[in-house]
Amino acid sequence: MGNEAHPHDAAASVDFQEVQQTEQFRTLRKRHRSFVFPMAVIFLLWYFAYVLLAAYAVEFMSTKVWGNINVGLILGLLQFVTTFGITAWYVSYSNRKLDPIAAEIRIGIEGHQFDKDGNMIQGEAK
Amino acid sequence: MNVTMVPAVEVAALKDTTLLNMGIFALFVAVTMVIVFRASRNNKTAADYYAAGRSFTGSQNGTAIAGDYLSAASFLGITGAIAINGYDGFLYSIGFLVAWLVALLLVAELLRNTGKFTMADVLSFRLRQRPVRIAAALSTLAVCFFYLLAQMAGAGSLISLLLGISDWGGQALVIIVVGALMIMYVLIGGMKGTTWVQIIKAILLIAGAAVMTAMVLAIYGFNLSSLLGSAAEAANNPAVLNPGLQYGKTETSKLDFMSLGLALVLGTAALPHVLMRFYTVPTAKEARKSVVWAIWLIGLFYLFTLVLGYGAAALVGAETIKSAPGGVNSAAPLLAFHLGGPLLLGFISAVAFATILAVVAGLTITAAASFAHDIYANVISKGKADATAEVKVARRTVVVIGVLAILGGIFANGQNVAFLVALAFAVAASANLPTIVYSLFWKKFTTQGAVWSMYGGLAAAILLIAFSPVVSGAKTSMIQGANFAIFPLSNPGIVSIPLAFFLGWLGTVLDKRREDPAKQAEMEVRSLTGIGAEKAVDH
Repeated sequence: MGNEAHPHDAAASVDFQEVQQTEQFRTLRKRHRSFVFPMAVIFLLWYFAYVLLAAYAVEFMSTKVWGNINVGLILGLLQFVTTFGITAWYVSYSNRKLDPIAAEIRIGIEGHQFDKDGNMIQGEAK
Repeated sequence: MNVTMVPAVEVAALKDTTLLNMGIFALFVAVTMVIVFRASRNNKTAADYYAAGRSFTGSQNGTAIAGDYLSAASFLGITGAIAINGYDGFLYSIGFLVAWLVALLLVAELLRNTGKFTMADVLSFRLRQRPVRIAAALSTLAVCFFYLLAQMAGAGSLISLLLGISDWGGQALVIIVVGALMIMYVLIGGMKGTTWVQIIKAILLIAGAAVMTAMVLAIYGFNLSSLLGSAAEAANNPAVLNPGLQYGKTETSKLDFMSLGLALVLGTAALPHVLMRFYTVPTAKEARKSVVWAIWLIGLFYLFTLVLGYGAAALVGAETIKSAPGGVNSAAPLLAFHLGGPLLLGFISAVAFATILAVVAGLTITAAASFAHDIYANVISKGKADATAEVKVARRTVVVIGVLAILGGIFANGQNVAFLVALAFAVAASANLPTIVYSLFWKKFTTQGAVWSMYGGLAAAILLIAFSPVVSGAKTSMIQGANFAIFPLSNPGIVSIPLAFFLGWLGTVLDKRREDPAKQAEMEVRSLTGIGAEKAVDH
């Protein structure tokens, strides 16, 4: 339970339903979901397309492209590339679009800020 | 070195290196013990014991996650699978890696912001505490049990390979020693000590794999194509480079492969011991960094295993691997012996032992935290127990789980460990993932939905495994000479995961009770902004 789990919580008295309705929070939620949901759908579809090909299109996957390197290996390695790519993209997106607005909302409520290690810069330490 | 010939690896000669192996392993244990002792000095509160005082950085935790995730299954199992089954082994590593995107995008940060110690903290945040906590704790314990079984099976085959101990009593003795060491780590070091063991082990494992990869590639003039060609030639079967060798035989095996793929990609973000690692960092941003680090390290490592697997096929040969004690799981150690003689074998084996030790420690602390925090503190004593009593219960649970792991390890047989781990993934994806996703993203989700989904997913996954060829009716089954395998697939994921999602939805729409909208608002706001999330306590 939230309040019980955070007994000395600066945010314990906050009306979260009110925060949830603010324009700022709705923007944050929209930005988060409009990135993570489509992205999750895309990489899952791409992964399952690959798995289906590996199971049911063995001949296509076995086509040699260069030396002994075949389509299956290239598609497999492309899964690595897209995983690394989506990771980098998400980090850059969060840094630009999510973190600043989340910090604004948090500071607005808690009235203090945290440095990158999570130490309070001002305000009372627990 | 003659590339086209398959050089013989003298399995009998491995026994001569036993003392060296043990020496290197003893050194690892000694060094990590010192670190664990030093790290444990500040273990006072429950946050210290379960979550390492939330004092690790994203990069440290990311390395520890890689250490946790790159278990013996990944190293021994995947290398062996590629060496024997070629391309189909590679498919494991792709599923294991892509799965991290689910954790990165949908789970890690939101979980860090809403929970405290365990997965159940998040799942029961806005639902009724008791039923949801009990369900989440039970599924945590079930997943940890399957994963522990896999690690212990790996320990068994490694021991039989390295020490030439094929008799039951000797193997049991070594498993008891390994288990006792693990109990020590967790009892003394808590999460902080366990995390340091993971970090050291991850660095050793990735470095060892990198050196071996470079050596294999150097033999083939850094030409992947000629390595593959040599592997196909050694196997006398060009199909090792193509998908389908293991899973393409029949329509059932193809379906089994789809099921495995689903379990792998959806299981990672629902593994309790991985989820718990996100609480060891101070903020959601560091949790994100952890996952990013983990993705890079894990991806790199799986690229190494591709080279190592085909390298083992080309240089050691599938027949030698299969006939070695330890079977498929011995591909990586045998390759190490071929490349660098007893010293490299000793190093790689010690790292593999350390891997099992570290992963078992991580699983044990997760299971203990779940029992002490979810069942004891929140259900049995209804939140009235103080932190000291809770940690005391956790430590006792560690001993119980340690003993169970030792017994499980003694009786676990020589199945491919990557495969056993895949079952743990299926149980995690079925029992946990639907509830995690629903409770984070679906406003109307209710307690009944959570309970139906968790018990339904858990029961479906375990029952289907019990009635699958894994347990009976096939040559490699756990119970020989019996056949009650009415479910044809080895992996239950394709049935149990959609079922659990469906039950979560059904339970919710049929639920007459409505959950508190204020709690939903609180969870949503906290999860996205990090308001009130507990920060580092040790600075």
